[in-house]
Amino acid sequence: MTGSRTYDAIVIGGGHNGLVNGAYLAKSGLRTLILERRHLVGGAAITEELMPGFHFTTFSYAVSLLRPDIIQELDLVKHGYFPLLMPHSFAPADDGGHLTLSKDRNLTIQEISRHSRHDADAYDQYGHDMAQIIQAVKPLFDSVPPNLFSGQPEDALALAELAKHLKDLPQRVLHNLVRLLTGSAADFLDDYFESELLKGLLSSSGIIGTKVGPRSQGSGVVLLFHNMGEQDGVFGNWGFHKGGNGGLTQVLARAAQSFGAEIKLEAAVSKVVTANGRTTGVALVDGTELFAPIVVSALDPRRTFLELVEPRELPEDLVENIQRYRFQGTSSKVNFALDALPVFPGLDGTQFRGFTNIAPSMDYLERAFDEAKYGWYSSKPYLDCCIQSTIDPDMAPAGKHVMSCFTHYTPYKLKGSDWDTERDNLGDTVQRRLDELFPGFSELVLRREVVTPLDIERTVGLSEGNIFAGELMSPQLYFFRPAPGWNQYRTPIGGYYQCGSGTHPGGCVTGGPGRLASQQIVRDVANGKTPPSTVVVE
Amino acid sequence: MIRTTPFHERLAPLNRTGLWQHWSGHLASVKYQMDDKFEYFAVRNAAGIIDTSPLYKYRVTGRDAEAFLAGVLTRDIRACRDGHAQYTVWCDDRGHVVEDGVVFRFSSDHFLLTSAEPNLAWFSDRIGRLNVVIEDVSAEYGSLALQGPRSGRILAGLDDGVGSIAYFHHTPAKMGGAAVNVSRTGYTGDLGYEVWVEAGDANAVFDAIVEASAGQGVIPVGMTALSMLRIEAGLVLIDVDFHCSRFAFTDEERTTPIELGLGWMLKDIAVTDRAFIGRNAIRRELADGTSRWKMVGLKVDWQDWDRRYRAEGIIPPKDEHPITWEMLLYDDAGQRVGYTTSFMYSPVLQRHIAMARVRPHLATPGSTVHLEVTINHRYQTVACEVARAPLFNPPRKTAPMTSHTTSHTTSQGGLA
Repeated sequence: MTGSRTYDAIVIGGGHNGLVNGAYLAKSGLRTLILERRHLVGGAAITEELMPGFHFTTFSYAVSLLRPDIIQELDLVKHGYFPLLMPHSFAPADDGGHLTLSKDRNLTIQEISRHSRHDADAYDQYGHDMAQIIQAVKPLFDSVPPNLFSGQPEDALALAELAKHLKDLPQRVLHNLVRLLTGSAADFLDDYFESELLKGLLSSSGIIGTKVGPRSQGSGVVLLFHNMGEQDGVFGNWGFHKGGNGGLTQVLARAAQSFGAEIKLEAAVSKVVTANGRTTGVALVDGTELFAPIVVSALDPRRTFLELVEPRELPEDLVENIQRYRFQGTSSKVNFALDALPVFPGLDGTQFRGFTNIAPSMDYLERAFDEAKYGWYSSKPYLDCCIQSTIDPDMAPAGKHVMSCFTHYTPYKLKGSDWDTERDNLGDTVQRRLDELFPGFSELVLRREVVTPLDIERTVGLSEGNIFAGELMSPQLYFFRPAPGWNQYRTPIGGYYQCGSGTHPGGCVTGGPGRLASQQIVRDVANGKTPPSTVVVE
Repeated sequence: MIRTTPFHERLAPLNRTGLWQHWSGHLASVKYQMDDKFEYFAVRNAAGIIDTSPLYKYRVTGRDAEAFLAGVLTRDIRACRDGHAQYTVWCDDRGHVVEDGVVFRFSSDHFLLTSAEPNLAWFSDRIGRLNVVIEDVSAEYGSLALQGPRSGRILAGLDDGVGSIAYFHHTPAKMGGAAVNVSRTGYTGDLGYEVWVEAGDANAVFDAIVEASAGQGVIPVGMTALSMLRIEAGLVLIDVDFHCSRFAFTDEERTTPIELGLGWMLKDIAVTDRAFIGRNAIRRELADGTSRWKMVGLKVDWQDWDRRYRAEGIIPPKDEHPITWEMLLYDDAGQRVGYTTSFMYSPVLQRHIAMARVRPHLATPGSTVHLEVTINHRYQTVACEVARAPLFNPPRKTAPMTSHTTSHTTSQGGLA
């Protein structure tokens, strides 16, 4: 038991939310320590040089949802925040057809018109309707949600404000919002579009990271979620951070340190120490105890409530809610080092400056989902590829490339096999698909990295490999993330808070949970209010 | 017929937009691809190729060349050594700026002066009895800028000598078999170079640079992206940020070097005995404190900007395309205290920024001014912080080349 030290706040987990939370806490004047189990910060937002000169975004691979307020409030530009533009979104089809959306509106209209003249202005209408929905949701996305069950006057007030906000929305906007919150991406998109290629591209945002098909009820909210991001003020735009998302989390770490936060690597926490219903600090796996009246878990809800503390100390309904909180990761990554840019017949390669979306129709996505329903991975998977070296040449040696392929559906639990057995087969499946679309692709492969849901769980600690620390479905959002009554970053243990993607607003590299949790903590500290250790949730 | 530059034959096929503008009687590409912001990022993150050939180029030679330029240019050319270059301005005798340009010194009797507008008559008329020859060699040379963090390494790969060029120095070099002159200068505020070539060698030099850049994210960059880059870099543009005093109708339109933020060129003016055009007026301006304006950078308060647009039900616009007409500035009391000359949303700074002129008492960094915008057809003001220009000023711009760090990627070391 050496090295016992005292802090005002200890953050468990140096992923992007832990770093954001720690940075804000330090900025508010709290002596803050951020603990990271691994040898590098970033969690699932890291960049690794797996081959000399080739930088892989092992897990998450682009930015959009990072809250703009964080960029400003934490002065991230000063610490190297540098989001590069991805000008295109490319959708190849097996019959040689293709669709490339561009940041330039006129080019996009022209390109869509090749597939459907009807869809050309429908695309503008869709964009406008979506922007209005996002405008309506954004204030809720960026604030601590009210607690429906607290009975506290402040929550009653917040609920009244929420009701007024919704009531003041134009009828069409509110209705569209409800359709997205409850319905399917397919139903929503079918109202606008007829081009299968375009619908395949757009509906892909409705399934990312979630075990739903585009025709599943619930995929609407996933579609909305992935459009909530913005780059330089444009909703739904994605960018690529210099050096990948590992570059971004290094920026966050520098920002946190600039405010005085301390970061300790290779410091795995074994448990949160409690006494009389309050936390007093954490114990590390190596036996070290660290003391602080505030402990914040950036880990997912299962680890936060069932592993770091004794579930016996928690209300039974909370434990039950966390036990049935759904993870069921379905996403994998297959990353490649390439000897040259792949070739799509008839195009010059500039279409690769952005995402390459392999889902030529909604049927394709739905069929890929079918196999997952019955416990197997898709034989023709959905791939969201990005040859990031076309955006940031520093990712690979001159003329060479790195390609990140987000792969769906690959359910965490396989029927009759496991991921250690299937890892290479999954890699082959993905590579075969790429060979079909880009002739000669396999000959370009210098190295392949396959990251299955099991690998995500083992390496990063995300339960069942769910990239959002729990699915983004309505029963697990807002009032209910991660559990009814515990959506305000507090826990039943005094001084113990949660700030991971399992809390509002949810997953993706938003930083929102880390920021909002810090606001709650700072408020509780300022009020001299002991964080509630005696709230009874019925 | 509108003329084309020596690099046009190579660059024209690369312009996929069909958009051209006129620059000093030459075709200049507005943008080579529809996403001009991608061109902007190429310069900030890799390197961009910019054809700057339409600049006017004057060769100044003769025994009295140095003495002549010392008498007409505002900045002291005698402090510039052979193989160095100076950004400079020239003024009228009332201390108002005529124009700006870069002067390259080869020796005391050989200089090359660039400018955006024709100036041959103005300079020639001031030679008097000096032994000086000024020739317009604009059409004889092309200039190709390679700007961005990778520019130095790429050019050094063609000629070792480029690797050791310091900021605002120049040196002869060989590229594509042709003799060129390479200067570490540019209009982007980044690490960057300009390659000066005889027109007949343009294709060979262009091909060599393109070949050396292959696979490194280097693309041609058009005028729109260049305009974004120069605003971040705080570099003034004639007819936008200032007007030529020769062609101004009122003194309100004219500016002095000090008002233009170029007082640093005149550090020695109190002690120097150098007689140059405008000297007495500038000394009087300094002594009497009669400067009307001070050029500053502005950073728009992001919260205020977003709040005001949101309150009107509008998604706050963040458009990187520059606005190059005046927007008015007010102080806390609502008095008019200045105006912006160039305004944009800066993607690398993640803020709206401006080049502006404010009353001198508000020029201190950290002062607040209020920018007038129209939202839903109503005037509103948004708070701005006065900041020192240039707002984007990376160490690599001036650092010795070996110390460039371009990668933020960190899988080892530090917090990795």
